[in-house]
Amino acid sequence: MTTTTPGPRALRGAVGTAHTRVEGRDKVTGAARYAGEIPFAELAHGWLVLSTVTRGSIRTIDTAPVLGMPGVLTVLHHGNAPRLHTDYIGMLGTPPDPASAVFQDDRVPFAGWPVALVVAETPEQAREAAEALVVMYDEEPHDTVLVADDPAAYAAAGHMPAETGKGDLEAELAASAVVLDEEYTTPEEQHSMMEPHAATARWDGGRLEVVDSNQGTTWVQSELATMFSLDASSVRVRSEHIGGGFGSKGLRAHQVSAVMAATALHRPVRVVMTRRQTFSLAGYRSPTTQRVRLGADPDGRLRALEHRSLNQTSTVYEFVEPSAGVARVMYDADAHRTANRVVRLDVPSPTWMRAPGEAPGSFAIEAALDELAERTGLDPIELRLRNEPDAGPVSGLPFSSRNLAACFREGARRFGWADRDPRPGVRREGRRLLGTGTAAASFGAGAGPSTALVTAEADGSFTVRIAAADIGTGARTALTLIAADALETVPERVRVRIGDSDFGPAMIAGGSMGTRSWAWAITAAAAELRERLAVTRTIPPEGITVRSDTTEALRALAQKERHSFGAQFAEVAVDVDTGEVRVLRMLGIFAAGRIVNPLTARNQLVGGMTWGISMALHEEAVRDRNTGRHYAPDLAGYHVATHADVPAVEADWVDDHDPDDPVGIKGVGEIGIVGAAAAVANAVWHATGVRHRNLPIRPDRILAASASASASASDRAGTGTAPADGGSADA
Amino acid sequence: MAPAPASTTSPITLHINDEKHHLSVDHRTTLLDALRERLDLTGTKKGCDQGQCGACTVLLDRRRVVSCLTLAVAAEGREITTIEGIADGDDLHPVQQAFLDLDGYQCGYCTPGQICSAIAVIEEHAAGWPSAVTDDVRPETPPLPLTPDEIRERMSGNLCRCGAYVSIVQAVARGAEAHEEARTAAVEEAAA
Amino acid sequence: MREFDYRRAHDVTGAVALLAADPEARFLGGGTNLVDLMKAGVERPGRLVDVRELPLDRIEPTADGGLRIGATVTNSDLAAHPEVRRRYPALTQAVLAGASGQLRNMATIGGNLLQRTRCGYFSDVSSPCNKRVPGSGCPAMAGEHHNHAVLGASDHCVATHPSDMGVPLTAFDAQVAYESPDGPGEVPLTDLYLPVGDTPHRETTLPPGALITHIGLPAAPVAARSRYRKVRERASFAFAIGSVAAALDIEDGRVREARLALGAVASRPWRARAAESVLTGAPATGATFAAAADAELAAARPLPDNGYKVTLMRNLVVSVLTELAEGDLR
Repeated sequence: MTTTTPGPRALRGAVGTAHTRVEGRDKVTGAARYAGEIPFAELAHGWLVLSTVTRGSIRTIDTAPVLGMPGVLTVLHHGNAPRLHTDYIGMLGTPPDPASAVFQDDRVPFAGWPVALVVAETPEQAREAAEALVVMYDEEPHDTVLVADDPAAYAAAGHMPAETGKGDLEAELAASAVVLDEEYTTPEEQHSMMEPHAATARWDGGRLEVVDSNQGTTWVQSELATMFSLDASSVRVRSEHIGGGFGSKGLRAHQVSAVMAATALHRPVRVVMTRRQTFSLAGYRSPTTQRVRLGADPDGRLRALEHRSLNQTSTVYEFVEPSAGVARVMYDADAHRTANRVVRLDVPSPTWMRAPGEAPGSFAIEAALDELAERTGLDPIELRLRNEPDAGPVSGLPFSSRNLAACFREGARRFGWADRDPRPGVRREGRRLLGTGTAAASFGAGAGPSTALVTAEADGSFTVRIAAADIGTGARTALTLIAADALETVPERVRVRIGDSDFGPAMIAGGSMGTRSWAWAITAAAAELRERLAVTRTIPPEGITVRSDTTEALRALAQKERHSFGAQFAEVAVDVDTGEVRVLRMLGIFAAGRIVNPLTARNQLVGGMTWGISMALHEEAVRDRNTGRHYAPDLAGYHVATHADVPAVEADWVDDHDPDDPVGIKGVGEIGIVGAAAAVANAVWHATGVRHRNLPIRPDRILAASASASASASDRAGTGTAPADGGSADA
Repeated sequence: MAPAPASTTSPITLHINDEKHHLSVDHRTTLLDALRERLDLTGTKKGCDQGQCGACTVLLDRRRVVSCLTLAVAAEGREITTIEGIADGDDLHPVQQAFLDLDGYQCGYCTPGQICSAIAVIEEHAAGWPSAVTDDVRPETPPLPLTPDEIRERMSGNLCRCGAYVSIVQAVARGAEAHEEARTAAVEEAAA
Repeated sequence: MREFDYRRAHDVTGAVALLAADPEARFLGGGTNLVDLMKAGVERPGRLVDVRELPLDRIEPTADGGLRIGATVTNSDLAAHPEVRRRYPALTQAVLAGASGQLRNMATIGGNLLQRTRCGYFSDVSSPCNKRVPGSGCPAMAGEHHNHAVLGASDHCVATHPSDMGVPLTAFDAQVAYESPDGPGEVPLTDLYLPVGDTPHRETTLPPGALITHIGLPAAPVAARSRYRKVRERASFAFAIGSVAAALDIEDGRVREARLALGAVASRPWRARAAESVLTGAPATGATFAAAADAELAAARPLPDNGYKVTLMRNLVVSVLTELAEGDLR
C-alpha cells in the first residue's frame, strides 16, 4: 500500500516541446525487435508460392516431390487448406481482400496471387522447396491495362460518396473566360516500407498468438478471429515495432497462411514476404487517370470545376482511390462536379497508401490550378486565395479551422516567392533550367473509436495500455507526452505500452487518425483516473486502473469540415541535355492542429514531402503490357528517392486551433505528401515551359517533351499549353 | 592432392563484435540470415535481401558491406561488426547518439544499416576517398569537407522509406564532428 | 536456391582446377551479382569457388606507364587508388557512380566485367529470355524496354551491359588477362564481349573455365584529362540510362587524340570509334562534337520506347566533350 502523495509535477506541459523517442535507444542499438525477430522454440519457416499466370485456374499442384525435399514439413494449398469465413465486414468497414484469405479455391485472379505455402525447418529449405513446387495452370485471357475510357468503369463509393454535383457545368464552362480541360495520370505506386510483412503464429495454451508487423493489432485480431471462426478473446496479436506501413500493413496473406500452418503443424510458423512478393501481396496505390475541367472568370474566380478520377482494382476486391475527393474540400465553383470511378482488371488488389486519394488527386487539381494561373496571368498563390471557400464546397458545413491562407503567406515569405518571375523557361544556370512551383494541401482530420487503460501504479508512476501502433510516427513518444500532461506529471513517470490486442479495441495507425484517436482515449481515461485519485487515500499494489472508450464522445462531435491544410513550395533544376530533374529545395508550411512533439512531427512532415519528391520524379511500378506481370518488382526496378535525391527539405507550421475539438490534434502523417508532387511538377513547368501531366517526370519524358515542344513551338504559340499530339509530355 | 568430397554445409567460426561464434551453416545461408536466424543478432535488418536497400549493412574488416549478398561461409576469418557491437557498453557511439538526438529515423528499420554505413562513410572520407559528387578526384586535391551533398551521395546505398533523410544527414554530420573531435583529443592526449 | 559445395581457392591454378572439377561450378568474387542471381534462381551452381583470397588484390604501375590491376581488387580500392585518380580520373568517377558504397566494397574488378544484364526479364525465371533460356524469346521487344539497348542489339536480345567501370576501361584500351585450364591468355576488353546476334546467351570470348586475373591499362596520357558522366533516373544508387566516358587531347584548337565510350546503350560497354575518327584532327568545337555523336549514333536502332536514348547520348557526348574542351574537369 502506498499513500497517494502527488508525484513530481510538471512545471510546464510536455506537449509542444521536442522529445526524443522513448524507444530511440533500442532503435539505434539494434535492440528493438520487429515481427520476424522474436525467437521461438521449434520455429518452422513458411515460404509463399505465387502464381506465375495472370488469370486462370490451378490445374494441379505437384506436392509429392517437394514433400520429399530436405526439411520440408508441409505444403498448404487450396486442396488441403481449411475453409475460411470471408463473408463479413471488418472493423474498418470493408470486407476482407480475397488475396489475404488464402487457398480457398483454384481461381487465379492476378499474377502474384498466393497459391501455396511451403513450410520447412529452415528458411533456406523452405525457399528451395517453394521454388521447386510445380504448379500447372489453365490460363485465360487477361486485361491489366488501365485506360481512361474503359467502358467497364463504374462510379464507386469507397469511404466517400462516389459522385457529387451542383450547378450546370456545361453552362458555366461556356460562360467562362478561361477554360482548362486536361488529363493527368499517376502510375502504380508501391508502399515499399523497409520491413517486408512478417508474422509468426503459434498456439499457446488454447490461444492463438500472432506476432506481426501491422498498423493495428485489434484490427488484425478481429479479422483473424472472424476468418478462422474463433472467439476474439482467444486470439492475441502483438506488434511492438513496425518497420513502416504507409497503409499496407493490415491483414495479408502472410498472417493467414502462418495461422493455417501453425494450426496444421502444432508448432510456431513464421511467414515473411520477400521484397518481390510485396509487390502483388501487400497492396499498392492504383494508377489513376484523372480529367480536370476548370472554367474561370478573368479574375480567376472559378465558375466551373469538374474532377473525375479513374483507378483500377482487382476482379475480386473493390478499392477506390478517391482522388476526386480533394476538390470537395479545396475549391468551390458555381458548377462543381466530382466523381471517383473504378474498373476491375486482372491486377492485384490496391489499398490505402499514404494520403489515398489526396496524393494523386492533389497532383491533378493543383497542377490544373497552376495551369489556370498561367492562363489567367495570375500568381498561383493569388489564384488560390481568390478561391478560398467559406464553407465546405460540397457539404456546406463550416470548417473547424482553415488556415490555408496563413500557410501560403508564411511559406511565400520564407521561400522568397515575391521575387519570382512568373515567366517559364527563362532561368538558366549552366546546362540547367531553374524553376519554382507551389501547391496547396489538405488532409482530413478524423478519429476512430478507441479504448485505453491508464493505471496509477503503487510507486507513483503511471502505465498506459492502448492497442496503438507506432509505425515510425513517433506515436509511442507522443502518447507519453499526452498522458503526462493529462496526468499532470512528467513523461519520465509514464510508461506507454502499445501494440498488443489484449489492451482492447483501438483505432489503427492510418488516415492520420492514430495519434488523434489514441490521445483522445488516453486523455479521457487520465481525467477519470485523476478524479479517482483525488478521492483515494491509498493505491493498492495492483494499482488503480481506469478504462476509457471514446465511441460515444466521437458520435457527439459536431459535424464540421475538419482538415489540415498546407502550402508546398519547391525549386527544381532541369538538365536540358539529359532530362534529369533535381529538387534543389523544398518548403512546406502546414496548419495541422496541435503539434504534440515538434521533433518527430517535423520529421514526419518532411518524410511526407520526401514522398512527394519521390512520387513526382521516381516512383512507377511497371507492368509488362503483354503478360500483365510486374517488370523488375524490386528496389532496383522500383525507384524510391535516395539520400541524394532529397535536398534541404524544410517543414514548419502555423498556429491552428480548433476550439470545439477536445483533442486539437489533426495528424501529420499524410498531409506532407499532399500537393508535394504538384509543387515539383509546377516547378518543372516554370523551369522548362513544358507541362508534365504524367508522373513520374523521368528523364526520357523530359527529353521527349522538349523535343516535341521545340518541334511544334509555332503550333503552340499563344495557347500556353503543350500540344495534345503524340509527342507531347502527356502522351 | 585429391579434392575433398563435395559437401553443402560447413562448420565455421564467425568473429562478430569481438566474439567467436562456432556454428554449422548450410552454404546457402547468407551472413544476414546467420546473424538473424542462427545467432539471435537481429539488429541487422532484412529489407530486400537483394543488395538494393542497405538495411543489412554491417562492417566486414571495418568496411561496410551488405550482409544479404555475403555468404556466411565466405565471411569466415573476417572481423564482423554489427549494430550490436557499435556502442561501447552503455555508452552510445557518437553516431548513434546523433541519430537519437536529431531524430535520424522514423520506423527504425533502416537505422542499424544507416548507422553502420555512416560510421564507414566517416572513415572513408577521413581516408581521403572521393565520391561521385567530388568535384576533382585527382589525388593532389586537398581533402574536402564532408558536406551535406557528400554525405547524401555516400549514404545513398541506404534507403529510408519513411523519408527521414534530412535528419539522417544532420545526424551523420554531427557524428562526423564528434568523431573528429574525439580524434583530435586523442592526438593531443598522445602528444601531451 | 539449390544446395552447393563451397571451396575457397588460395592460388590461381588451384582455383581454375577447382572450377574445372565440377561442370556446374562458378567463381565467387564479391557475390554482389552472383548471389543475387542465385536467389532469383537464374544461377544454380553446384559449387562455388571463392576467389576472394587469391593474391590478385594489387594495383601495380607497369614499366610502360600503365597499370596492372588484380582481378580481386574491389571497386572501392580501384576508385580510391592515387594512380587511378591521377592517370585515369574517368575510371574513378565511373566506379564511384556505380552501385553503393557497400556494394563497391564487395564487388571485384573481374566480377564487374562479367556481371550480367539487369534486364528485368532476364532475372525473372518465370519469364522467357533468350539470354537465360536460348530460344525462349525476348519479351522486351514488345514489352518494357525503355532502358534497353539502341546499339548493337539484335532481334533476339536488347539487354544492356550494366557496368559503369567497363565504359572508361573500354575507352582506355584495357586488356583482360585470364587463366584457363589450357593456360593463360589475354584479350582486349573491346573483344571480350561477343556480338549479340542470335546467341545472346553466349556473352564472352573467354575460354570455358577461365578466370580473369588482371586488367591491364596501357599508358594513355590523354586519359589524365578524362571524364565520366552518368545519367540515371534518380540521383544515386541506380543503373545508368546512358553514360559517357571521354578523354580529349587538344592542341591549337584541334583534337589530337580522343577517347570515347558509351554505357547503358548496348550489350557491352560501347567503344565509339566512329565518333573518335570524326573527332581526331578536327577543330574542338561544338559542331565537331555533334558530328562525332551523330556519326556514332547513326547505327542506333531504337525500339518504340527507348528512342530518347539517341537524343540523350547525343546531348551527353556533346556536353562531356565540351566540358573537356573548356577545361572543366569536374
